[in-house]
Amino acid sequence: MTLLTDTGTIFGRYLRATLRSKTSLVFGMLQPLLFLALFGPLLTGLDLGVSGSSWQTLVPGVLVQLTLLGGSFVGLGLLVDRSLGVIDRMRVTPVHPMALLLGRTLRDVVQLVAQSVLLVLLGLLLGLRAPLPGVLIGLVFVAVLAGALSALSYGLAMNVRSTPEFAAVANTVGMPLMLLSGLLLPMNLAPGWLNGVSLAIPLRYAVDAMREVFQGHYLNGTVAAGAAATAVLAAACLFGGTRLFQRGHA
Amino acid sequence: MSAPEPVIHVRGLTRTFQLKSGPVHAVRGIDLTVVRGEILGFLGPNGAGKTTTLRMLTTLLPPSGGRAEIAGRDLLRDPVEVRRRIGYVAQSGGLDPACGVREELVTQGRLHRLTKAEARERAEELARDLGLLDLMDRPTAALSGGQRRRLEIALGLVNRPEVLFLDEPTTGLDPGSRAELWDLVRRVRAEHGATVVLTTHYLDEADALSDRIVVVDSGRIVAEGTPADLKTRFAGGPAASLQDAFLAITGRSTADEPIAI
Repeated sequence: MTLLTDTGTIFGRYLRATLRSKTSLVFGMLQPLLFLALFGPLLTGLDLGVSGSSWQTLVPGVLVQLTLLGGSFVGLGLLVDRSLGVIDRMRVTPVHPMALLLGRTLRDVVQLVAQSVLLVLLGLLLGLRAPLPGVLIGLVFVAVLAGALSALSYGLAMNVRSTPEFAAVANTVGMPLMLLSGLLLPMNLAPGWLNGVSLAIPLRYAVDAMREVFQGHYLNGTVAAGAAATAVLAAACLFGGTRLFQRGHA
Repeated sequence: MSAPEPVIHVRGLTRTFQLKSGPVHAVRGIDLTVVRGEILGFLGPNGAGKTTTLRMLTTLLPPSGGRAEIAGRDLLRDPVEVRRRIGYVAQSGGLDPACGVREELVTQGRLHRLTKAEARERAEELARDLGLLDLMDRPTAALSGGQRRRLEIALGLVNRPEVLFLDEPTTGLDPGSRAELWDLVRRVRAEHGATVVLTTHYLDEADALSDRIVVVDSGRIVAEGTPADLKTRFAGGPAASLQDAFLAITGRSTADEPIAI
């Protein structure tokens, strides 16, 4: 399986690059970390209209926020590589073209799951109590979402002319997605129209499902809907990202 | 050697870019034959279509028309087999500044499907050959301009290519490094047996390095021959400068850059 070997080679190269730049690892999770530490305590005394503690509501939201922000901006790294000629250099080898995308995406999945584990640990310090199987299922959601968003981000990065263009698209899509998914506060607090709009956003189902599993509820309609929405989103993003990646010319 | 064996055979190669302002005909029909072991200089002013042609021949850019055979493989039907047999060093070089020299070389070997052990061995071999052995653990950002170019060429040689494509290999190098690089290109041909196709807009470089020069202008080949041949045909005699020949061919001077010594 040359695709697997090639993906492993690319994955290894970019994982080592990530481990070399420890600052970017920390900066990548700074924003979710701050939300957890400085926003989380505000919620502890509020009625969020959901069962479970406020931490069981906020931590899953912050994990999806990390994945959304971290995943959608990975394309910036690809843009740098494109401008340095690294992508072209690799494309003039027999390497499987898909491996150039999948190896990087796999690296992002590993990185975002590792960062998520750190966020959960910080949550524990702050007062989160959640069953281990629930946390692990939550991390599976993170992994699948991370892969989906990262593949799409690379697809976009292969098709834009400049970094500002990429940032404009990623921000314009990312911000409304973040707000409409109810990541920081659950959407059942929202007025009817806003709640209605958010029902069109797949990430909303993912985060609702993660909140359920963090409370130890594994077999219900919310979890099933979340898993289905996440799977469909992942399939669509991987397909779209792959097509865009192969269409783009560095 | 008996009859020279063609290693590149190009017929009617074209490339048109569709821009909002209308179509741009970057390459308008190039016919080219390069024989094994030749050093071919692609000479032309900026925007002549040199890089576009090279990007097509290295499988990076699909041609709009025409066909080409490289190292015995069809460019359009069999791009992966072409990639196995060529090396390419782009103008931008393609180094990751944070990546170490050894890691770049080993990864490149892995991308060419060498085993880990083979890739490591090949990296050592090339580093020894190209004077990079003391730099193996440095990040590429810490290399001088000349060292970077040597590493980039080493990356292009990892798979023992039949043809090495170099896009403006000496742009931005100081005169000492340029002379070193010319020697290296000659060695690549002599010791690695590779055919070399390089683009340049430095006339002295084309003159000193190439067995044969192809002058491109506005996406077409406008003249072709040995440096001496071009001087005789276009500038009155072999003692004339290539600059005079170039001016006579294209009706203008090469580029804004000064001609380095």
